[in-house]
Amino acid sequence: MTLTQNKYPNTHSMRPTEVLGIKLYMGTTFAVILLMMFMGIAMRASQAGWLNVPADKFYQLLTMHGAGMVGIAGLGGAGVMWAFLRRYVHLNAQFLHLNYAFFMTGVLLILGAIFIGGYSGGWTFLWPLPAKSMGVWSANAAAAFIAGLLFIGVGFLAFYFDAALAITRQYGSILHGLGLNQLISGKINKDHPPTVVASSMVIIVNVVGILVGAIVLAVTLANLYFPELTINPLLAKNMIYFFGHVFINASIYMAVIAVYELLPLYTGRPWKVSRVFYAAWACVTLFVMAVYPHHLLLDGVMPKSLLAMGQIVSYLSGIPVLLVTVYGALMLVYKANVQWDAPARWLLLSMFGWAIGVIPAIVDGTIHANKVMHNTTWVPGHFHLYLLVGLLPMLIGFSLYAFDIKRGLINTWQNVIFWAFAMGGTLFCVTFLLGGWASVPRRWATHWTEWMAYDRAGTVFGALVITAMLFITAFIIKQLFAGRYSDEK
Amino acid sequence: MQNIALIISATLMLLLTAVFAWVIANSKKSLAFEKVAKRAYEARIYLFLLIAVLGVVLTTLTLTPWPHDNDKDEVTRQIDVQAQQWLWTMSDDKVRVGEIIEFLLTSKDVNHGFALYAPNNKIVAQMQVMPSLTNKVRYAFNTAGTYKILCLEYCGLAHHGMVAEITVTK
Repeated sequence: MTLTQNKYPNTHSMRPTEVLGIKLYMGTTFAVILLMMFMGIAMRASQAGWLNVPADKFYQLLTMHGAGMVGIAGLGGAGVMWAFLRRYVHLNAQFLHLNYAFFMTGVLLILGAIFIGGYSGGWTFLWPLPAKSMGVWSANAAAAFIAGLLFIGVGFLAFYFDAALAITRQYGSILHGLGLNQLISGKINKDHPPTVVASSMVIIVNVVGILVGAIVLAVTLANLYFPELTINPLLAKNMIYFFGHVFINASIYMAVIAVYELLPLYTGRPWKVSRVFYAAWACVTLFVMAVYPHHLLLDGVMPKSLLAMGQIVSYLSGIPVLLVTVYGALMLVYKANVQWDAPARWLLLSMFGWAIGVIPAIVDGTIHANKVMHNTTWVPGHFHLYLLVGLLPMLIGFSLYAFDIKRGLINTWQNVIFWAFAMGGTLFCVTFLLGGWASVPRRWATHWTEWMAYDRAGTVFGALVITAMLFITAFIIKQLFAGRYSDEK
Repeated sequence: MQNIALIISATLMLLLTAVFAWVIANSKKSLAFEKVAKRAYEARIYLFLLIAVLGVVLTTLTLTPWPHDNDKDEVTRQIDVQAQQWLWTMSDDKVRVGEIIEFLLTSKDVNHGFALYAPNNKIVAQMQVMPSLTNKVRYAFNTAGTYKILCLEYCGLAHHGMVAEITVTK
């Protein structure tokens, strides 16, 4: 079967510098994810009692794993967004490279902060912890970590600046890119690309999110050297969770562009915009920013209205994901005589991971449940579902499509690797959820004996995922060096 | 509550898994997309209405009365709890069965998390503890035994060692 190709307004083939950019983004993404997975399983094995990671090292790994995975999800998502958005608008590759340079500088600072300076204040840098280490790390180490995050943020702002400029030039404004004018007027242009809609949403929310994050990071940095410069801890907490929530969600919404663009190629059915699609994305734009108080449901001093909003918007947030994107993907697949090539499988797996991850997230967004589930392993259970089994398969599907043009990943091995990842990944998350049900705390270096069964099962399933990821990463990186990019002529 | 959360989550996750399996099982068959889309869009309207009704009912049931206001009028006494890296200081650690205790939570340094574990080692109450603010959490102690307080907000090197006990007697 010949894959149906979309018609793109921007038909120029990828220039070598652009191909290099995408290869750098995806190569770095897979290498870092694999490395972070090893750190993750070391923590799980230590909690299981199978490995002795001292507490100071455990919390360094915890900090690195969190910062590394969130940052790299952003970089991978940005790679996907750029690769497809360039088909519709004229992006400047210099900003792609600039973001990468800032990102890598930030990574170096963070690595130095953690593994040389001993910083282990968590990726969420919950104020005033960076300044109160009880002698475990120095102000300089904390400053290097904070500066690293700031570098990464500045790079992303430059990346979004170029994308916003390009969308505005092509469509008149970001809101037009989002399709808001069409939603309001009712005159739907079916040829408006979903990629542009998703990119516009991401630009809006993540620019706001990063700016809010930059403010609280700057205050945290200043406080390290001028302790009299402080911030209300509740305000800082609000700003940190707003930034963190928006950034990681934006990463998923960038990566999901791969599903919108590629799944139609394997099903022979188009993914077109509609009034419902526009309405969903307009709502997502608001929901992603308004839902963050669900991280503060146990802060009794927060205004009740904000906490109620956190719960209600948590419920509402599931609707566009489940009834528009996931439902739309299933519509594309149902009785479509699908060509189940590797990218198609991974992309549908990503929909599965995202969909089932939403459920425990919504449950945890209910205040009554949050009171007994918050900061237990229930939380990493649900977010690993939509990051490990959701976002990562989006990146894998995209990379296999983009760089494995000859379909070198032969079917037999592909089946084994795919199912090892899918089953291992899902069950790995389930062990976290079951631990949460049993009140096992997250972010604890040492677990009590009665909790270790969950940790041990998690370690075994995690090992299965890492084994699969070793093959996937090796294959994709080999293709990056040897293979052509699918948009390259 | 943990059981309810698990049962609801597991049921809906398995239901979604079944939907995916059903769609994948039908993915090699052929039907015109127009026909699929027509039926699917109709079904989506009903699904949306069902979710909307469930959402409104669930929101109403879970937010009224306000979830943090349980046992407000029947508090027997208050216990002051101060958190600091890495210990709990309490004005009292002994409670009688039947008492409804309101814990007043403050922190001397960073953010902590007050989690009350029942003798069966399951969380029964939880609240954040913040510097320069006082949070309150109430709990009706109806079972004798040793309850534990664990810190559930990451607070540095000995975070996992920040454990205290409350003895509840008849």
